[in-house]
Amino acid sequence: MNTQTEVMQRGADGAEVAQSRKTGGATESVLRPPVDIYETGEGITLHADMPGVSKDRLSLRVEGNNLLVEGSIGIAPQEQMTALYADVRATVYRRSFALSNELETDKIEASLKDGQLTVRIPKRAELRARRIEVQS
Amino acid sequence: MFSALSYSESPLFAEVRRLEQEFDELFGSWTPWAGGIRSLPAGTFPAINVGSNPDSVVVYVFAPGIDPKSLEVSLQENVLSLSGQREIPEEQNATYYRQERFRGGFRRVITLPEDVDPDKVEANYRDGIVQVTVQRRESAKPRQIEIH
Repeated sequence: MNTQTEVMQRGADGAEVAQSRKTGGATESVLRPPVDIYETGEGITLHADMPGVSKDRLSLRVEGNNLLVEGSIGIAPQEQMTALYADVRATVYRRSFALSNELETDKIEASLKDGQLTVRIPKRAELRARRIEVQS
Repeated sequence: MFSALSYSESPLFAEVRRLEQEFDELFGSWTPWAGGIRSLPAGTFPAINVGSNPDSVVVYVFAPGIDPKSLEVSLQENVLSLSGQREIPEEQNATYYRQERFRGGFRRVITLPEDVDPDKVEANYRDGIVQVTVQRRESAKPRQIEIH
C-alpha cells in the first residue's frame, strides 16, 4: 500500500492546501473514497463511493499485487463562478488495495452506477473453500 | 494537479486536466462560508459544494447511490434543506472487512445568498451528484451603468 495515496486534506486546513500549491509543493490533495469490502465463498467484492465520476473518468488497474482505483470528478464549473462553500476540495479519488494470490486478478469485473463503483474479484476455482463434512 | 501523479501515466487523466484545474481554482482553497453556523464537520454525508455566479447559485450534493425520488429538496426563502435515506443492503453469508460507506438517513441545511429566487429552482442527478441550481433575482444582478 502506498501511504502517499491516502493523504487527505480538508476543512480547516484548506488555506494550507492552497498555499502549498502556489509554491509548487508536491502535496496534492487526493480524495480517499470510502469502501465496503466483503468476502464470500466465490470471491471478494468491493464497493467504493466516488460521486461525480463517470465511466470514462474511471481507471481500474492491477499493478503487481495492488489494485489501484482512480477516478476524477467531472463537474464543469460554470461561467464566472466563485466558490461559497466546499466540503470537497479535490477532484481526484485514489485508493489502492493489496491483493492476495488466491484471487483471480485477470477475471476482475467492475461496474459503476450513480457514483458507486462495484468491483468483484473471484477466487481461483481450485482454491474456493469447500465444505468439509464432519464424519460422525 | 499532476505533480503527485508521478506513477500514473494514464492518458485518461490528461484529458480532464483542464477541468480539474478549474475545479481546484474554484473549490480548492478557502471559501467564505467555511466557518458558517450551519457548516458541518469533515466527512458528513452528503458532502456539499456551493458556487455562485451573477445569474445563479449552484449547489453540488455528493450523494452516491441515492434514488432521486427518495431525496427531498426544499427551499424556503434562502434556506435549502436536503434529506433522504441511503439504503445499502447487507450481503448475507459474507464476511465484512470494511464498512466505511454512509448508510441510513441524512439531512443537511444550508443558507444560500439572500437574493435567490425560491420559485426558480432546478435539480438534476448525475453520476451520484445532485446539482441544484437556483436563479438569483433580477434586481440583484450586476447592471452596467451607462455614463452620459
